[in-house]
Amino acid sequence: MTKPGSHAEREGSQAELIRRSLKRRYRKERRFRLYGITAISIALFSLVILFTDIISKGYTGFIKTTVTLEVHLDGELMYLNDASDPEQIAMADFQAPIIKAMQAYFPEATSRADRRELSRMTGSYASNQVRDLLKENPDWLGTTRTIEFPAHDTVSVYVKHSGDPGYSIRLSEQQQRWTDELLSKGVIDTGFNDVFFTSGDSREPSNAGILGALVGSLLTMGITLVIAFPVGVAAAIYLEEFAPSNRLTDFIEVNINNLAAVPSIIFGLLGLAVFIGLFGMPRSVPVVGGLVLALMTLPTIIISSRAAIKSVPPSIREAAEGIGASKMQVVLHHVLPLAMPGMLTGSIIGMAQALGETAPLLLIGMVAFIVEIPDGFFSSATVLPVQIFIWAGSAEQGFVELASAGIMVLLAFLITMNAFAIWLRKRLERRW
Amino acid sequence: MPEANRTLARDERPADTVIEEGKTVGTPFTDDPKFQLRNVEVFYGDTPAIKNISLDIARNEVIAFIGPSGCGKSTFLRCLNRMNDSIESCRIKGSLLLDGQDIYDPKRDVVELRARVGMVFQKPNPFPKSIYDNVAYGPRIHGLANRKSDLDDIVENSLRKAGLWNEVKDRLGAMATGMSGGQQQRLCIARAIAVSPEVVLMDEPCSALDPIATARIEELIAELSESYTIVIVTHSMQQAARVSNRTAYFHLGHLVEVNDTSKVFTMPEHELTESYITGRFG
Repeated sequence: MTKPGSHAEREGSQAELIRRSLKRRYRKERRFRLYGITAISIALFSLVILFTDIISKGYTGFIKTTVTLEVHLDGELMYLNDASDPEQIAMADFQAPIIKAMQAYFPEATSRADRRELSRMTGSYASNQVRDLLKENPDWLGTTRTIEFPAHDTVSVYVKHSGDPGYSIRLSEQQQRWTDELLSKGVIDTGFNDVFFTSGDSREPSNAGILGALVGSLLTMGITLVIAFPVGVAAAIYLEEFAPSNRLTDFIEVNINNLAAVPSIIFGLLGLAVFIGLFGMPRSVPVVGGLVLALMTLPTIIISSRAAIKSVPPSIREAAEGIGASKMQVVLHHVLPLAMPGMLTGSIIGMAQALGETAPLLLIGMVAFIVEIPDGFFSSATVLPVQIFIWAGSAEQGFVELASAGIMVLLAFLITMNAFAIWLRKRLERRW
Repeated sequence: MPEANRTLARDERPADTVIEEGKTVGTPFTDDPKFQLRNVEVFYGDTPAIKNISLDIARNEVIAFIGPSGCGKSTFLRCLNRMNDSIESCRIKGSLLLDGQDIYDPKRDVVELRARVGMVFQKPNPFPKSIYDNVAYGPRIHGLANRKSDLDDIVENSLRKAGLWNEVKDRLGAMATGMSGGQQQRLCIARAIAVSPEVVLMDEPCSALDPIATARIEELIAELSESYTIVIVTHSMQQAARVSNRTAYFHLGHLVEVNDTSKVFTMPEHELTESYITGRFG
């Protein structure tokens, strides 16, 4: 056996050991950082794919196709001699002058089948548009007016995806020829889809808009926020600051945590049973939707608010108590302002969840087909995700692009809401 | 080999010095006391933290509580304005009288008590508000000032007494948390005296401060002692010697000795006190 090395030698080998272990440690750290970067890259990549997909599919939803025609409002053709007479208006044929105006470009299309195809170049509600115009301006009868009609869904899709045979199958060859010709003459034109942002849902994609659902979402979220935030914060404050620690409190705590994990559709059932069944509230209205979503959001807000209250340093509490602040004053003057940013964060998450929620709203009837833009908390409404759900399930190709456009609106809504909340939080945050 | 010596001293320590429960050497009682504390026991759950302590605190005196860590001096201090109330497992027995009235009377308003017995904590804990609002908070919640000008006066006076006025008079609106540690602690003292308490409790007020800031606080304590009763817990024996009239030595929940400060540090009566102040343990 050799004697152990000299002091210097031992030190040398120890330094070597440390160096080696350091090397290992750095390798580990590098590996760990790599994992993190990979995870973030995957997340970002998925996000990019998602956005590219949605935008590339949905941007056409923001484009509308119009057919501008010189329509001679011929009373004889429409069986109408007094446009101010509601009875006559109800009986008159407003499609005829539109077809006539189209025939100006295609004089050869006179057969019954041709006329039908011509009438399917403009949207299904084109005749209603003429009727409404005449109702408003009875003196237009007999004159020639330039009227812009939304193009029929199939025409619109064909125009937007010209060159892609997959999108033309629903248009006859004759119609395709007509469309091409009208396009070259500038009769058919595309433009920014203002209809999408100014109207409610419709059976006809070119007349359908997101505004109804947007307003519905706003109203519903308003109710949710007004109910869930104060109740959630109050519950958190009570549980954290005032509740005696006994079995009942524990029981309540466990149940709140459990509620956070309950599938949202259960809340829909609850809303159906309690608000609609028991309290007899109307179906499909933002109030009931807001109440149901508030119930769903409450646990999230309570849990995060409690965490925020817990994170207020005890030294601040002691400082206030030491001066003689009462419990209530400690909470209101010190704990609450300091916990507010955290509470807001929880509420943002809760509200974002609520905004994207579809399932519970289906059960309380907010899935109905609603054309009118809701004008209050008690008028029938639908919300953005439900509207997207309805459109995505529709057969017309026009609705599919509307669904994608709707998703973009929903995302924009979400981002706006979150940005506002983050701005609010930044303002409330205090420096330490 | 200082290491070996220490170990030896430690071995010498507790076994051979028996502490008799409830027995305090020196002069724990005074005439006309501000606080009259008799047979005080404090438990955290079932663990006793204070074992049968009796002590008087005189009017306008500065009394220092010293002792090794975990001896119960802070716990005892916090009993004096019921800061232990918020600790659920904490139970207090015995009689604690402030001017002859029971501090722990269930009918007693703890808010009123704390307005009379203010407190300064170990770590400076200003509110994350402006300097002005920090000092004005107490007077505001107790309704001590009806007019803005009254409040301004209270703030100025308190800051002057705390020796902070000249440093902050031009930036009363600045965030208190942006000040240095020493300034923050003096602000906390200003905040405590803004409600004109009769007693100021200080729980190691200088332990987070550098020597210069500490010296300023000590000067301040000397000035304040003219108008307030001050109870200070400290780990620094020099500090106790510099600022206090009387010193109480705590050991493992017992009050071992109370005497005039000069006596404690020159001729301690109890063996344990002597070992502590000579640095043999602590």
